[in-house]
Amino acid sequence: MAPAAAVDREARRRAWWLCAPALALFLALMVVPLVMTFVLSFHSFGFYTGIEPTFGLHNYLDVLGDSYFHEIFARTFGIALVTTLLCAAIGTPEAYILYRMRSRWRSALLLVVIGPLLISVVVRTLGWAILMGNRGVINTALMNLELIDRPIKMMYTPGGIVIALVHVMVPFMVIAVWAALHRQDPATEQAAESLGAGPLTIFFRVVLPQAMPGVLSGSLIVFSLSASAFATPAILGGRRVKVVSTTVYDEFLNTLNWPLGAAIAILLLVAVLLVMVSYNRVVERRFSQVFG
Amino acid sequence: MTRNGPFALLFNALFVLFMAAPLVVVIGVSLTPEGFLEFPPSGISLRWFRAILDNPDFIEAGWTSLYLGVAAASLSTALAVPAALAIGRRRFPGRDLLLATFMSPLTVPTIVLGIAFLRFLSQIGLSGTFLGLTLCHAVIITPFILRLVLASVTGLDRTVEKAAESLGASDFTVFRRITLPMIMPGVVGGWVLAFITSFDELTVTVFIVNPSTTTLPVRLFNHITQTTDPLVASISTVVILFTVGLMFVIERLYGLDRLLVGGEAR
Repeated sequence: MAPAAAVDREARRRAWWLCAPALALFLALMVVPLVMTFVLSFHSFGFYTGIEPTFGLHNYLDVLGDSYFHEIFARTFGIALVTTLLCAAIGTPEAYILYRMRSRWRSALLLVVIGPLLISVVVRTLGWAILMGNRGVINTALMNLELIDRPIKMMYTPGGIVIALVHVMVPFMVIAVWAALHRQDPATEQAAESLGAGPLTIFFRVVLPQAMPGVLSGSLIVFSLSASAFATPAILGGRRVKVVSTTVYDEFLNTLNWPLGAAIAILLLVAVLLVMVSYNRVVERRFSQVFG
Repeated sequence: MTRNGPFALLFNALFVLFMAAPLVVVIGVSLTPEGFLEFPPSGISLRWFRAILDNPDFIEAGWTSLYLGVAAASLSTALAVPAALAIGRRRFPGRDLLLATFMSPLTVPTIVLGIAFLRFLSQIGLSGTFLGLTLCHAVIITPFILRLVLASVTGLDRTVEKAAESLGASDFTVFRRITLPMIMPGVVGGWVLAFITSFDELTVTVFIVNPSTTTLPVRLFNHITQTTDPLVASISTVVILFTVGLMFVIERLYGLDRLLVGGEAR
């Protein structure tokens, strides 16, 4: 028999070989393009000269010093924050209700609740555009019922974008909370019940604390996806309600100022990563205090 | 387990209504006999479904999306399965870094990936080509396949493989005759999930297509940002029905809840 160290080395080498093809694809199409985009963000752009390979921080200074861009970033993260809070507020109870359902009903409802995740975001947003237009389904119905006498403006408003984003993102929250609920011990609920706790008390005092890790991880997913969402704000906000991703799109495909677009995109990436890292820090500290 | 109370059931009904409303409206609008958007439709007509046939650019975009989804999902599966075998059952230096790299398309905002791909592909002259699209889509969908294959690899009983090895089967024979059949549900589930993800992808694709490789989501998006008419509703209805069909395939093969909830690493 070969010595253990040699077997070990052989196994390690083989593991790397098995990963090599995928790694090659990721180095060529993920690492290299991201580095190139980072470099691009330092270049300059002239309307007659195109992209010039200079090297400076001017694009970043332009974005960071312009109130127009401040507003876009603030709007983007505001929309993402409100979307996250709403998803947590409606996704958590829904996951709990599904969790308590009988299995036959449950699989059918699960299909309706998280199935839309697989349906094109463009198609789902089209549905919201039809619902929320000035002469859309919601306004027409409300006017026919004579509840309002002029249409409520929902298209091209941040509120409209939030509603559609909640629809797009809430399945992620349901999934995260659902997974957390399956890790809890059902006996704790029964114990609370046998001690005379009502359903609301059980939910808030027993179930919710145990589901909290799911709510928190779901919130992080929803927030980061909402902050960089493109299709929904582009269709429902257009040029009138710009967010970071639609601004990047305009810089790249309309203004053709790629270096500026790249700088905005890098700032978005950095902001999202910062939120993720600090959020994880805070959550870990909170939980080590509670459970540690 | 206790039953849900009436308040919980009401909440559930409203939630289901919220989730279904935009899809129901799209399907409803597509059935209108009129030339404009109306809901509920004043009659039932397949006029706008026939109209799809008069729009070859949408049909062509549909075929592009279909080919692209198959090519990207197959390429990504071919790369992800060996990687999952290594990552799922061996401890080796660099393992965590490799896993983090392969999962990173979920963390990096898609819009950033879109412009990065555009910059890269236009520098090497592949922008707008089918090959360029396939490679980029393969990167984006790899995490989905990897997660499902990893889940089926980690729970695998290795005694059968050991038996085959001791009887003199080569590594490749063991993989093809023993390992692959055992992880097949995960592989197929991952392939279908990856196909759907590629088929629906907009944010990255919108940057790297040209008019001859435009995919269906991009064509729909460009149309909707100009105007919404019953035609986009009928095309969207076809997309919905196609996706629901695939969901049933997944449900049969792998279990939709297991596919979407099972790997909670997302």
